[in-house]
Amino acid sequence: MILVIAEQRDGKLNRATLETIAAAQQLSGDAAIKAVVLGQSVAAVAQDLVTAVGEVLLVENASLGTYTPDAFTAAVQQVVASVKPAYVLLPHTYQTRDFAPMAAVRLGASLITDVIGINGTGSGATFVRPMFQGKLSAEVRPQGDGPRCITIQIGAFRADAVKRGNPGAVTPTSVDIDPSTIRQSPEAPFKEAKQAVDLGQAERIVAVGRGIKSQENIAIAERLAKAMSAEIAASRPICDSGWLPMDRQIGSSGQTVAPKLYVALGISGAIQHLVGMKGARTIVAINKDADAPIFEVADYGIVGDLFEIVPALVTELEKP
Amino acid sequence: MKIAVCIKQVPTREWQPRINDARTWIREQDASYELNEPDAYALEEALRLREKHSGEVVVCAAGPTRIQQVIREALARGADRAIHVEDDSLASADASVTSAALASAMSDERFDLVLTGLQSDDQGHAQVGVMLAERLKIPHSTIIMEVQVDAGRLRVKRELEGGWFQWIGMPLPALLTIQSGINQLRYATLKGIMAAKKKEIRKAALPAGLASSQQIVALTLPTRTKQTAMISGAPPAAAKELVNRLRDEARAL
Repeated sequence: MILVIAEQRDGKLNRATLETIAAAQQLSGDAAIKAVVLGQSVAAVAQDLVTAVGEVLLVENASLGTYTPDAFTAAVQQVVASVKPAYVLLPHTYQTRDFAPMAAVRLGASLITDVIGINGTGSGATFVRPMFQGKLSAEVRPQGDGPRCITIQIGAFRADAVKRGNPGAVTPTSVDIDPSTIRQSPEAPFKEAKQAVDLGQAERIVAVGRGIKSQENIAIAERLAKAMSAEIAASRPICDSGWLPMDRQIGSSGQTVAPKLYVALGISGAIQHLVGMKGARTIVAINKDADAPIFEVADYGIVGDLFEIVPALVTELEKP
Repeated sequence: MKIAVCIKQVPTREWQPRINDARTWIREQDASYELNEPDAYALEEALRLREKHSGEVVVCAAGPTRIQQVIREALARGADRAIHVEDDSLASADASVTSAALASAMSDERFDLVLTGLQSDDQGHAQVGVMLAERLKIPHSTIIMEVQVDAGRLRVKRELEGGWFQWIGMPLPALLTIQSGINQLRYATLKGIMAAKKKEIRKAALPAGLASSQQIVALTLPTRTKQTAMISGAPPAAAKELVNRLRDEARAL
């Protein structure tokens, strides 16, 4: 049996959960799939999943109303102990990253994170995950006798590929969480500043990465952006260095975009960046390293020195 | 405050990994190595906390002999001493084994605060920090962008997805995984490099009987999800072809 741990915030299902169910359906063979929804007043989330899995376990508890790793680990530990799944699948979100390793230690489970592909079904399955910044793929087999926890990378499986059936049961399931064992006290989530630019609305984006080398060189990319009527954006390291403001960042910790055209300049294509832009309709990559992972998602690629190619592009675009 | 920083030595970002003959690991003999970048931010944060609250910064690492390179570098940047769990098998160990190795060498030290990077640039499990917290039986929080310490308690700013943040309170001792970009890194000075030579590196043995939780069956180059049209030629010609194809073929301009 496969148990999918659903993710919700404020009673709204995180779509990555459906992608995880798609992965579970591919992995399951004939095995049953159950989902568990953890929270407080989250029955509506359970209803969203009833046609996608055989049974939804609804775990409502006052200690789960606001996420903490301690409470979620305690709850997952009890649910897994009672339903005894062969596999536990989770979306590879920041929340999963916060508690799944703790739960794996408690459960004596193996934990394979950031999975992008599954070979085979059932107990013999192996899992594909990126390593070395996406420059290599590793096929990995879980070891040991415990449950096998697998986290599924966002966008690796398609939510609309989920096979739906007759609605299954929603089974209220109780867990026992002693509030005094929860060591984290979270405050309300907030946004740093009102986002000045909504890159999600941009038709075209020119994005720069480490290959731009210095803050002064950003101007080179800005000229191309102007010539293309594009917004300028960047990968995380550029914003970390303060070369462009944080609200220009594309990736898992920044904005997710799907423009008509995305031009990646000197961006190697770490997975944290790719999840934010691989939905773009046309992707151009310009990078000196022919092995850079960005070329795996690119429609057009130029291997070479961006400091030569970008000015040439501007000249070409400005020709009457 | 007694602060531990866990660091890892990883192949340099510029290196295109080459796969060994068994196809189960990289050809380590071809790699050059550096400090895992997220760990550099954790180290910097520890040094800043020491400046503010006084105390000690201890670098903790698990790996083969070669990782002394990055241990010395961390000492040169200002850490006070180091603990090295030394074993050749740790070069490709998974997060479960690495966290158990670190925990065995760190538990007697009773650190007030343990910092790690949020993930490594090599295997990238993003698990060691949280597993280590559980093995040390201390609370944790992950992907931290700001650390405040006041009267034995932590208040930390945790990054959520899509530009959201959240403050979390927690008692000490605790473990935090640090997000890259939390601070501006400092580099070693010549004085720091000289001083590092005299700093203590305590060697610890790998506990027996740690079982891997996963096995790499095969390493491969990633499969392309798209047919990429590679455009070659001198920059002006390549630029012309790309612009034409973006206009006529992709209709993106």
